[in-house]
Amino acid sequence: MALLLVPLMAWKMDEPFLITLATKVTILALAGVGLNIALGLGGLVSLGHAAFFGIGGYAMGILASHAQNYEPLFSWPFLFEGSNQMPLIWLVAVLASAAAALVIGALSLRTSGVYFIMITLAFGQMLYYFTISWSAYGGEDGLSIWVRNEMPGVNTLDPIQFFAVTFVILCLTLWFAARVAQSAFGLALSAARQSEERVETVGLAPFKLRLIAFVISGAITGLAGALFADLMRFVSPTMLSWHTSGEIMIFVILGGVGRLYGPVVGAAVYILLEHLLGGISEYWQIFLGLLLLGMVLFARGGLIGALLGREVAHD
Amino acid sequence: MTDPVLRVENLSKSFGALKASNDISLDLRPGEIHALIGPNGAGKSTLIKQISGSLKPDTGRIEALGRDITALDTVARARLGLGRTFQISSLAMEFSVLQNVVLGALGARGKAYGLFRNVMKDKALLTTAQEALKRVGLQEAAQQRTSDLSHGQRRQLEVAVALTLKPRLFLMDEPMAGLGASGSKDLTAFLDSLRHEAPILLVEHDMDAVFALADRISVLVYGEVIATGSADEIRNNPEVRRAYLGEEDLA
Repeated sequence: MALLLVPLMAWKMDEPFLITLATKVTILALAGVGLNIALGLGGLVSLGHAAFFGIGGYAMGILASHAQNYEPLFSWPFLFEGSNQMPLIWLVAVLASAAAALVIGALSLRTSGVYFIMITLAFGQMLYYFTISWSAYGGEDGLSIWVRNEMPGVNTLDPIQFFAVTFVILCLTLWFAARVAQSAFGLALSAARQSEERVETVGLAPFKLRLIAFVISGAITGLAGALFADLMRFVSPTMLSWHTSGEIMIFVILGGVGRLYGPVVGAAVYILLEHLLGGISEYWQIFLGLLLLGMVLFARGGLIGALLGREVAHD
Repeated sequence: MTDPVLRVENLSKSFGALKASNDISLDLRPGEIHALIGPNGAGKSTLIKQISGSLKPDTGRIEALGRDITALDTVARARLGLGRTFQISSLAMEFSVLQNVVLGALGARGKAYGLFRNVMKDKALLTTAQEALKRVGLQEAAQQRTSDLSHGQRRQLEVAVALTLKPRLFLMDEPMAGLGASGSKDLTAFLDSLRHEAPILLVEHDMDAVFALADRISVLVYGEVIATGSADEIRNNPEVRRAYLGEEDLA
């Protein structure tokens, strides 16, 4: 719960930069929690989650840019001028990324293993190049939103208040993810990861289970994308690049695949390393690489696994 | 005579030049144990896979409970009432024993889309699961991690999971393998009582068990059924003796 402590201290000491950093960790952790449902629970190694992160980001960018420029987004069947209201943006982000996950999942989940990784990567890259050439919304340069979007009852321009919003969303999502892991669906999905044959033999279809997991996973990552865009007040194709997919996956692996708090720990360590080592050397990622290598070789349960011991996995 | 529960007609399956199943026909009648024996590589597992749905036959048809199931996939066949146990355990190894059986009970219920309620606190599922564990004698091990079980216990757990599905017929691929002498005796007695619940197509290497249990025996050699009959008929069949039993000594 250091994640809560750091920004509170920073707030007392009037260090808005630290609060922003903690907000970034919170949002990226949320993206990781999304991926972890597919990867940790379902065993679906998706290298295309940047697509959902980006779709969430663009949902925010498109709605907010229309609102800020007073250009209606569409005028039929009713006049809609875009929106700068966070709850509506979130809803659109979640629905759009869930719909994308449904289509991408329905096509990719017919494959498995390396093919699944490659096909999700391919879909991600497709959307990436699409946004680069989408000149109506900034193309390669992306979209800037001058003022952070609003939320009823909250002053989102105040860093600590915006942090609180993201933190509450993260907590709710963690609670949801914990429920899912213990549910009937979670049991069946987890069994499908361990033995597809087993699940088929008891009369449950692994494809359906995985598709649902993929949609839930994409929707959560999409929500994180919308929040991330709001934090940066900027959306660009970088959000959809495969580096982003890789980063989200690193959070999960670093923290511990299938661990509820894995992505939170992973994102925190990643951002901390980026911040600390980034100051020492431009090539800080070489240290990240070493750490990751060490984790994968010696501590398969991730940081949480290494700290708690491996026997408590998947409880 | 009553209709057979399972009827396999002229089933053939080739892998390249290898005929793993060559025009196989057999049936399973209500209340019986029909054992399938044959030397290693005779195509027993290939046949079981085609019946359970994980392999598609090249030609021929399979009928279960009066329905043509040749075109159905594994999931649909399981829902229809085919309970299968595996030669190589395919349990969820990270789960506890109880979780594996609850998964079976969940499958019997037919839907697993609850996202919020804790499945391990579902009374109905737990009751079914614990009953099944008790029947195979694994209730003591309920909280153990499945990967910590002995090979024999895994076989018992396979059977327990199949029981939760309340199948109309069983396909059992070497349930005795890895069981000690006393374990296999217990399981033999259990299967003996189980046949009245649902008939069993049993692939087994343990000849004592086969001759003690089977109402009928089919002998599979090089993908072909060379004989089907009662234990005595099979014992005295010269072709079977030459192809199979003779080498090993009669049970």
